Amino acid sequence: MKKYLVTLLTLALAAALSAGAMAAPRSGGSFEWIAPYGSSVNSLDPNMSDDEQNEMVCMSIHTSMYRWDAKMNKPRLELAEKVDISDDGLVYTYHLRKDIKFHNGRGLVADDIVYTYNRIANPDNAFGAALNLKSVKGVQEVLDKKAESISGIRKIDDYTVEITLERPIELAYALFPINMAILPQEAVEDSSKPFGSNPVGLGPFEFVEWVKGSKIVLKKFDDFYKEGLPYLDRLTYNIMNDSAARDNAFRAEELDANLLYSSQYAAMRNDPNYNKNMVEVAEMYTRMIAFNQDFTLPDGRKPFADKRVRQAFNYAIDEALIIEKHQKGKAYPAKSFLPPTTPGHDPDAPSYGYDLEKAQALMKEAGYEDGFDLEVVGTGSSSYGTGVVEVTIPFLKKIGINVKPVTLEGAAKYDRQLSGDFQAIIGSLNSGPDPVQALWRFHGSNDRSTRNTPNFKNKDFDAALEAAAAARGDETKRLEFVKKANRIFWEEAPIWFFNYNKAIIAYHPWVHGIQAVGPEMMFQDFTEVWVEESSPRAQ
Amino acid sequence: MLAYTIRRLLQFIPTIIAITLLVFLLLNVLPGNAALMAGGKQRLSQEAQERLIEKWGLDQPLHVRYWNYVSGLVTGEMGKSYFTREDVGAMLAPRLWPTFKLALSALLIACILGIPLGFYSAMHQGSWVDSVTMVGAVSGVSMPQFWLGLLLMYLFSVKLGVLPTFGYGDGKVINLILPAFTLGVGYMALLARTTRAAVVEVLTQDYVRTARAKGLRPLLVNRKHVFRNTLVLLLTSAGLQFGSLIGETVVVETLFSWPGIGSLLVNSIFYRDIPVTQGCIVVIISAFLLINLIVDLLYAVIDPRIKYS
Repeated sequence: MKKYLVTLLTLALAAALSAGAMAAPRSGGSFEWIAPYGSSVNSLDPNMSDDEQNEMVCMSIHTSMYRWDAKMNKPRLELAEKVDISDDGLVYTYHLRKDIKFHNGRGLVADDIVYTYNRIANPDNAFGAALNLKSVKGVQEVLDKKAESISGIRKIDDYTVEITLERPIELAYALFPINMAILPQEAVEDSSKPFGSNPVGLGPFEFVEWVKGSKIVLKKFDDFYKEGLPYLDRLTYNIMNDSAARDNAFRAEELDANLLYSSQYAAMRNDPNYNKNMVEVAEMYTRMIAFNQDFTLPDGRKPFADKRVRQAFNYAIDEALIIEKHQKGKAYPAKSFLPPTTPGHDPDAPSYGYDLEKAQALMKEAGYEDGFDLEVVGTGSSSYGTGVVEVTIPFLKKIGINVKPVTLEGAAKYDRQLSGDFQAIIGSLNSGPDPVQALWRFHGSNDRSTRNTPNFKNKDFDAALEAAAAARGDETKRLEFVKKANRIFWEEAPIWFFNYNKAIIAYHPWVHGIQAVGPEMMFQDFTEVWVEESSPRAQ
Repeated sequence: MLAYTIRRLLQFIPTIIAITLLVFLLLNVLPGNAALMAGGKQRLSQEAQERLIEKWGLDQPLHVRYWNYVSGLVTGEMGKSYFTREDVGAMLAPRLWPTFKLALSALLIACILGIPLGFYSAMHQGSWVDSVTMVGAVSGVSMPQFWLGLLLMYLFSVKLGVLPTFGYGDGKVINLILPAFTLGVGYMALLARTTRAAVVEVLTQDYVRTARAKGLRPLLVNRKHVFRNTLVLLLTSAGLQFGSLIGETVVVETLFSWPGIGSLLVNSIFYRDIPVTQGCIVVIISAFLLINLIVDLLYAVIDPRIKYS
């Protein structure tokens, strides 16, 4: 008995020790990752790029003033040790860290901040990133070509920068996007080496090579300001647009991790070899069909101008069933506009759900018992395009709406979305991480050309949203107003609330550090990712 | 022959001009414009869009823009990409060799496998080899490259683990095998059929009967008389096909992350990056015209009866 206990204890100790050893991150190895949103990466100049494909690569090479913290689900201060905010919320004073170096060896100073933000705002560059600076004092003058540089951004000394705002906002949310990354002037303006293909940044990895159309190879930046980080020696982004090809590569262990689409998710979630190593998150994208309230029937009536019709549309469709059967479980049914990962999401919010009787009653009450014909425009996507529209046909038929899906290619569909040339349009709208910013697109001051796709105009909504924006500094109050605005939006039903995307990354057992990133799952921070000895690329 | 070659080369110019005009008109008629796509998910402000439109000259009338483009083309200036802001020529240059390598390998595979099969089928008409080959040929031509590529990938990379799944592999031959085969299968099937048809036709000729009647060994008859004469027929169809093969690499390149012109073309179309799209098309057309010229010149080499003045 004693001998047995001793053996047991020894084994337990050994197990504990080895488990402890396994949990400690290991330096070294290389990681084969993916850039799945296109068959190309356009540029590694972050200020220039405005889409996820470029930005997911840029975030390993570059750093912005703030960096998204996936664990806390909000941006954290990165390039500065601390920031002082004035009482009125209009002046932010950043005290930069003194130990940060660019990949070319030069240390970060306040001049770099001033240079980069001015470069972003420069109207001759026409960077989309300039929108992030709109609330900074003096930016509009620069955009209108009335001033040479932004008056609201001032260098106090080599390591102190002061930013003054026009109106109080959460500056962290404006400065954390990857396209706001800080760059070294001498490298950007070196005409012998186009910066977009020879990036120099502040990130954990430095640029090695770019085989255009195929892959981007990065290596560990030895002088990174965080001791011992990054763990990986090499990181490769393989440009792989096709999900089936990625699946093959992942199963063949040529990729260390993979972004799953519906068919792979359906196959892997019940496969014990893979389903233990998956990270899922409700991404901050709400899929919906927007109604055009100006849509007029041949007899002159405007069905979507009537709230009851819009609500009937919502009640008539069984989102949960569609998600389970058609999306193979790869989504969360939408309860309102804001997903659970966005602050201000209301877990107690009612949802329309599926209630055919109520839908039919509402249609009758509104005088549309005999229904009408409807064209729904979308891309060919089966996640948020006409693939979904087709599935809604039998549901809507029961309340008399005869749906005809119209498939358009991306740019063409977007054209019609902005001009309002649609009866109803299906798509995916960004719904986070800043709830006020996400909902602001529906503010009365915006119309379809400025992304207010349903052309929603509601004074109570506007008031609640403005109050939320004004309650900067008082998070509880801010979120209260956000919830109020969210509720009003839900009640008015200017859209059909479909789902929030469920983004899933599957990884091999030797991989550690993949996180649930709400704003966009592919924005993985590789600073703290590491691989075990058992990886085929551990050396 | 030299005069002929030069004349043909000069004829390229009006052809390219005509095609670029057509492409230019088509691209500019498409809905959706590059300034909108430039913003990506964030979407540019109205002012930024207008500034881009101005910068790229999209607000000028069509004929002005076309004239600027063509006059630039003559001096080798293909313009700047709307998105990378790089020289289009510089973007295209590193992509040429991978595509060419892929197409050439597909051609080699197709010839090495397809022509002998076609030949054998023709020599043994009605045999089971003949039937199997011809059924295979029809299947090969009808097979979608995407589907075939994925299946081959699954078999050789995932299940057997002998070939890499994707990527250029810095030029290693092993990375070339799957993409070249996927691209070449349809072509091989076509060559098999064409060869068979060509050989069957030649076999009915009088000179073949004469050669056999003379008592010549069958192998000699085949090599000297049959094969040589089929070459011209073969060259015509195979040559034309190869020209278009350069433009057909799109699917395979996208599937295997191959850094060629095809994937660049596809990407530029989605983003409405017109200068890059036009640049790719000019390159593909030039390649096509050049290959056609080479095929025509090869006729003269193979068949001494053909002379160009």
